[in-house]
Formats: sequence, C-alpha cells, structure tokens
Amino acid sequence: MLTGPVIVAASFIYLLLLFAVAYFGDKRADAGRSVIANPTIYALSLAVYCTTWTYYGSVGRAASSGLGFVPIFLGPTLAVALWWFVMLKMVRIGKTNRITSIADFIASRYGKSHLLGGLVTVIAVLGVIPYIALQLKALSGSFAILVPPDDVVASGRGALPWLADTTFYVALSMAAFTILFGTRHLDATERHEGLVAAIAFESLVKLVAFVAVGVFVTFGLFDGFGDLFSRAAREPQLQALMRMGAGGNGYANWFALTLLSMLAVMFLPRQFQVTVVENVNENHLRRAIWLFPLYLLLINVFVLPIALGGLMLFAGQQVDADTFVLRLPMVFGHDWLALVVFIGGLSAATGMIVVETIALSTMVCNDLVMPLLLRYRWLALQGQEDVSGVLLGIRRGAIVLILLLAYLYFRLAGEAHALVSIGLISFAAVAQFAPAMLGGMYWRGGTRAGAVAGLSAGFAVWLYTLLLPSFAKSGWLPGDFLQNGLFGLDLLRPQELFGMQGLDPLAHSLFWSMLANLGAYVWVSLMRQPTALEAGQATLFVDVFKQGRPSDGAFWRGSAQVGDLLPLLGRFLGRERAANAFDEYARTRGVSREALQADAGLVHFAETTLAGAIGSASARVIVASVVQEEPLGLDEVMNILDEASQVRAYSRRLEQKSRELEEATRELRSANERLKELDRLKDDFMSSVTHELRTPLTSIRAFSEMLLEDPDIDVEDRQRFLGIIVSETERLTRLVNQVLDMAKIESGHADWVDDEVSLLDVVEQGAAATSQLFRDKGVALEMSLPPAVPALLADRDRLVQVVLNLLSNAVKFVARGSGQVRLSLHETGEGLQVDVSDNGPGLTPEEQRVVFEKFRQGGNTMTDKPQGTGLGLPISRQIVEHYGGRLWVESVPGEGATFSFLMPCGKSAVRKEDAG
Amino acid sequence: MIKATLTGQRLVALFLFGWVLVSSPVLSLFDVDRSWGGIPMLYLYVFGVWAAFIGLMAWIIER
Repeated sequence: MLTGPVIVAASFIYLLLLFAVAYFGDKRADAGRSVIANPTIYALSLAVYCTTWTYYGSVGRAASSGLGFVPIFLGPTLAVALWWFVMLKMVRIGKTNRITSIADFIASRYGKSHLLGGLVTVIAVLGVIPYIALQLKALSGSFAILVPPDDVVASGRGALPWLADTTFYVALSMAAFTILFGTRHLDATERHEGLVAAIAFESLVKLVAFVAVGVFVTFGLFDGFGDLFSRAAREPQLQALMRMGAGGNGYANWFALTLLSMLAVMFLPRQFQVTVVENVNENHLRRAIWLFPLYLLLINVFVLPIALGGLMLFAGQQVDADTFVLRLPMVFGHDWLALVVFIGGLSAATGMIVVETIALSTMVCNDLVMPLLLRYRWLALQGQEDVSGVLLGIRRGAIVLILLLAYLYFRLAGEAHALVSIGLISFAAVAQFAPAMLGGMYWRGGTRAGAVAGLSAGFAVWLYTLLLPSFAKSGWLPGDFLQNGLFGLDLLRPQELFGMQGLDPLAHSLFWSMLANLGAYVWVSLMRQPTALEAGQATLFVDVFKQGRPSDGAFWRGSAQVGDLLPLLGRFLGRERAANAFDEYARTRGVSREALQADAGLVHFAETTLAGAIGSASARVIVASVVQEEPLGLDEVMNILDEASQVRAYSRRLEQKSRELEEATRELRSANERLKELDRLKDDFMSSVTHELRTPLTSIRAFSEMLLEDPDIDVEDRQRFLGIIVSETERLTRLVNQVLDMAKIESGHADWVDDEVSLLDVVEQGAAATSQLFRDKGVALEMSLPPAVPALLADRDRLVQVVLNLLSNAVKFVARGSGQVRLSLHETGEGLQVDVSDNGPGLTPEEQRVVFEKFRQGGNTMTDKPQGTGLGLPISRQIVEHYGGRLWVESVPGEGATFSFLMPCGKSAVRKEDAG
Repeated sequence: MIKATLTGQRLVALFLFGWVLVSSPVLSLFDVDRSWGGIPMLYLYVFGVWAAFIGLMAWIIER
C-alpha cells in the first residue's frame, strides 16, 4: 500500500494543509482577529523545539543510553521557570527596540555594532547548519524506510551522485516551501502570524503521531508499561538501560546536557524567533511557562518504552534505533500508522527547517549582507526608489544557500553520526550566545569589545573541540590531530584539551568554550569604560522595566529634516507604509504629519522602525546618512543617565506623596463619617429631649389654663391641679438638670471632685436618702454590707447619685406593699461591687439591651405614665465608666432584675505601680 | 506588580529545588534495581519529578 507515489502525495497534501492553516492565520490577522493571540497557540509554537531529533533521535539515544535523552528536555523544563523574569525582559527589550533576530539583539545591545551582528550571524549559521542537515537526513531516511530504495543505495550513499540523491530534492523542496511560507509578503518587517499558526498545528500533529506510536507499542505490542519494562528487565543489557551510566550517560554528562539545553531553548535562532520576535502579547508567556514543559513531558513519556520495545522485538537484527518509531508499526502491519508517523516526522522537520531558516535568513540579510552593501555605498548611492524587493530577494537567496549548505554538511559529515550527536553540536554552538545575551540584559558594564572577544573565543574553542573532530571522525579531515593534538602537541588534543580527561566530548567542549567565552567577555569588558553609545544602549536594555528611564531618543543630538527621513523609510518599507507609520507617530504626539518636528524622538522612531526591517546596526548607518548627528561624549550620556535617575527618584517621591495623600484622604473620610454619625446622634438626642420637655409642659399648661379660664373650680380641685403643676415643674427642672449633667459628662467638662471615699458610706447615704420612698410605697429594703471596705478615690456625690438612681428605679418597678429590694456591697477580685436586686417584673433581653440608652423609660411608655426622665441610667453608667468601672443588668422576666456596678479598687492600681 | 514579583520568586525557588532533585546526589538515591508495578524506579522518579514540577509551576502561576 505504501508506495512512493502514495507517500509523496500524502506529504504534498499535508503541506497544502499547512498552507491552508497559514493562509487562514494570515487572513484572520489581516481582519484583526488573530488566531495566534492565544497563550495555548503560543506554547504550541514554542514546541518547535521538538524536531526530528526528538521525534526519531530520542528513541535512538534511549536505545543506547537509557534515560540519556531526558536532560535535553529536562533542561528547558527547569529553565522556563526562570522565564518569568528572563524571557519577559527579553521580550520587552525585543518589542521596544524592534529586535528581529538574536544577532540583532546582541548587535543592538553593544552599540549597534555591525561587527558583532556579523559575528553572531556566522556563528549561528555555522552552528545550526548541522542541525538542519539532521532534519534532511531524518526526512530522507524516513522516506527510504517506507519505500525501500533500489540496490543503488545498498552500494553506499557516498557513491551516489548528488543529482540522484533524494535528500538533495528534499532540501530544494524545503527551500521552496520556506520561501513560500516565510517571505511571501513584500514587506519584510511584519511578524509571521500564519506561519506561527502552522507551526502550532504541526506541533499538535507530531505530538499526536508520536503518542499514537507510543500507545501502539506499549499497549498494543505489549501489555502496558509494567509488562514492557518487566520483560525488558529480564535481559541484562536492557536492564542496564533503566539505570544511570548506560551508554556514557553519567552524572557529569547529565548535568552538562541539562545546562546546555537550558541555554539552547533560549538561544537557538528558531526559539528566539518564536518566543521573542513572534510574541503577540507578553501575557502569553504566563501560561506557556507551564504548557510548554507539559508538551515536552507528553512527547517523552513513551520514548524509553518504544526504545526498549524495539530492542526486544528487533533483537538480533541490524536495525538502527533511530528508525524504531517508523519501523515498529510497519513491521507489525499497520501501514496507516506508519504513514501517520511519517507525517508526524515531516511536521517535526518542516517546522524546524522553516522557522530556523527564516530566522537565519533574516540574520544573514540584516547583519551580514546589508552592512556589506552599506559599506560599499552601492545601495545608498544608487538611490533605488524601493529596496524592499531587494531585501526580500536577499532573504530568499539566503534561504536557498542555507539549505544547500545543510545538504553539503549532510553529504560530508552527516552519515557518520547519529541524529542526537549532530544536534548537540548545534546546541553547544548557540550556547556561546549566553554570556553576551544574559550579560547584556543584566550587566551595564559589558562592552562591544568584550562581547566580540567572548563570542570569538567561545566559538573558536567550539570549532576546535567539537566541530572539527566531527569532521575528522567522518573522514573528511585527517584524523591524526585527534590522536596527537595540533602540531603534534599532546596538550592540544581537541577532545582532551590541556590533558583534561574523563569528560565526554560534549561536556568537555562545553566546559572549555564557556570558560573561554565568559572569561574573555568579562575580562575584555572590564579593560576599559563603555563608550557613550554602549552606555546608552546598555541602559535601554538593562533598565527596560524601570520607570522614568531615559525617553526615546534621549541619547541622540543633532539636526534632521522630516523631508529626508520619510522618503528614506519609504525606500525600505514601501512609501505607503512609511507614510502610515509617520501618521501614526504624529497621532501619538497629537499633531498632524505636516507639523511634525524632526526632533530626537522622531529620529529614534524612524531608526527603530527601520530596524524592524533591516536590523538595528544597519538602520543606524542608514539614518545617519540623512541626519547630522553631533556625537555625544560619555560625560553627556552619563549626565542623561543621571537625569534619568533623578527623574526616577522624583517619581518615587511623587508616588510616596500620593500614597500619603491617599492615606490622609481615607482618614478624613472615616473622620467625616464619624462626625456624621455624631451629628445624627445629636439630632436624635435633641428631638428626644424636646419631646421629654413637652410632656410636662403640656400638662402644666393644660392645668394652668383650666385654672385661668374657670374661676369657679372648687378649692379641692384647685389644690390638686396646683399640686400637679408643681410636681410637673419639678420633673421639668430635674430633666433640665440631668440633660445639662449628661452633656457635661459626655463633653468631658463635668467637675469631678475626687476624694477618698468609702463606698460603704456612699451606699448607706443612698439608702437613707431613699428611705422615705420605700416607706411611702411599703417596700422592704434589705441591706447586706461588709463591716469595712477599701477606700476609693472618687467623687462622693456622683457615686451617691448612682446608688440613689438604682434604688429609686428599683422601688419604682416593684409592687406596692409586697415589693422587696436587696442592696448588697461586696469585694470581688476586680474591685467593689454593688448589687441592687428587686422582685419586680424584670426585663426582657430586648429591654436589657436598650435600658441604658437615653430616654428609654422602663415599663410600657405607650400606656403608662412615664415614671422617670429616662436619663438616670445613662448618667449612672457614664459616672461609673469614668472611674473605669462597669454598670450592667441581669434579669429574668417575671422574677425581678439585678442592677450591679463595679468600681475598680485602689489595690489594683497600686499593684500595677509595683509591677511597673 | 508586587504579586507578580512574588510569583517570579516562587518560580526561581522552584527552579533551584527542581534542579537539585534531578541532579547527581539526589538522583543517585533512585538509581537502584527496584521497580514499582514493573516500572523501573529511576524512570518513575524522573518522570514523577518532571510532572510534579510542571504541576507546581501551573499552580503557582494560575492560582
């Protein structure tokens, strides 16, 4: 069933489908409803990290070294935890400076240097080409497995003329595919929304395909994980794969691989492309931080089971473990699954190749070719109307060139290596970017010379200890320098540099290259002060999150004309887009395009816009050709930085002030509310008081009018009426006195005549004063008093007032004749307590709650004649509380009530003083 | 902003802790000839830590 034409047709249909997805993505982007503005799509696009190396190669590595494939994915999983800080900063820097590639990033940071941009580009291209070659090898390999080639191949690929080599055509078709995909638009500056959508789709396809094989092997050919592993455990050489140390997978190597892949996942050109350049929204990073590792976990769970399964089922046969994924379904007759796997592999390969070559071609165009063109004044002087077509042409040429180079590497060196070791060579190359990148983001002191030195040193060591040996092993270079060292010096053996032994070649190379790289970077950077341009760019990068950092264009001084800048931009971006960009800028400034001033801000804007198309270093040179810049000295840059830090300090102070202001406002608001509450209470009080005053006044007035209008009232009635008038007047007087008293106490203006008093005397005096009341009503007063109590410091009259109040209240509410009131005084732990109990009707819980409020009369005020002023208890409570005591009531309705108050004793105060 | 920095710090702490768990001294504790339901201890441990690490990151970020 699986014949060549079928597979080619299936691949073709799949690629068409990818185009459809990309087309859909682009259409939606044009309509403003981006499909990739979604954290899940973003995370899936990051999974371009998983290439055919993961897809086919991991199983191969697992078959020889057990879990040795894990660090390559564990590293990224760990590293993304740091992305919250690191990647967020990188993305923000990328957005504010219109960074288009990793070369642009480094060049821009170290003073928009052409030299650095070119160096990074060369390292990236040379470093990544083996990796692209690997994809070609895997693709043509998988095709060859599905459709076993003729005996031509059996005689050895080396003898095959390249025109008859399928890999060559794979490379060419990939170039065409990439050109169609990545450089369809005439404007070279936009992000590739459709591309990202297609990449995310491919990530899904390869995951599903790989998991499908995993499930097929684990649950179809075996009986689940347990069965597979236990059967493998019976064979000693497979048993060894379940432990560390298998196939050179020692702890040192494990550590080195983890570290290496942590760096690779950030600095591989394609990872930088999808993570930084294609990022739509910084917030997408949040979810990607855990979704992306989840993807890595899922695609790796079945790697070891497939490897072990393959080793068991193909035992005794010569089968390359890199091909297990494809061969297992085929051998067991599941052609459809094999086709799915092939498509999955195609996904992994195309995704990687497309994004990687687009990223590399951008670098080659912006950081290698453009500077050369600019240097020879060819472009600047010829004055072509529109050069955006030229840009696109350069990129397309670069894509073809890169893929041809990859094919060349594949022909020269590819056959000798397994997939994984080729990939690791690339990882080690891009790891060289780490010091310049991370140092540039967090250390102001890094200079252009330092970065050049570090990158060159690291690259040279990588070349000597990793790339050349790989050539030598494939027979392309004479191998004797491997054994004897360069010039026959033992110390210079590439894989045992300076006699260092015991590390595997990769860890060895990583150690030496990183040492050389970091050492040179730091050492050379510290040799001299940064120049003005370096210091300015360093600030833009390191302080990208700081508020009050120097404004755009703060580091530029000179004169320019809008009439020069606009056509310049038009040449690179197209006239219409340039005009739109200027309009947009003018709008943010609140002026029309005609009124735009060619100030530093506009020059900066023009330069960054241009940088988005041709890279920051070239943009700087081109803009400089039409403006007159006065070079800034380092002192001036430092002044600007100083100003910026002053602004920062001001803004911090301003923030603090505004916080204080907010605090004050909050306090004022709550004070205002308290005042309003008090005001309301006062109003309530006033209306209660007037109400209470009106009752006696009404009756006084009624009786007086009766006496006035009717002279014939007999003497007896007249006496009675006059009696009522007198008693109501007394009540009125008492009420007014109490209101005054209350007001005084509450406002704190009451006079307290404090003296040593015995509460015993007070109680007795109160009882004596009310004895007439008790006698009148026939109520018994029972007293239980101790012989002596400690003296208090208090106002005697006021305390008497409290006792009087409680006693007169009690007598008021008990029944005439049968009423009983008990007055007791005793000492408690807290002080002296006075209880006044009666056998009256008692108080309901509701009444107990309100009885201490002002103007609450006992009994039913609706039907009964009021029997007091309603101020006695509130005043008493105020008095007791003035001395730190308490006044409360306990009562069971129907069984009487007990009013008690407690005065803190002098003793406690004395004790406190002792302790203090 | 303060909450975001705290999240970031938690992630950094998790990174350090996670790296220790899958590095030499700790890893060697699980490099033994035992298995659990037929599944080798080392495989189980590495993938278990891996999954737990992702789970914790998700929890820290999404809660």
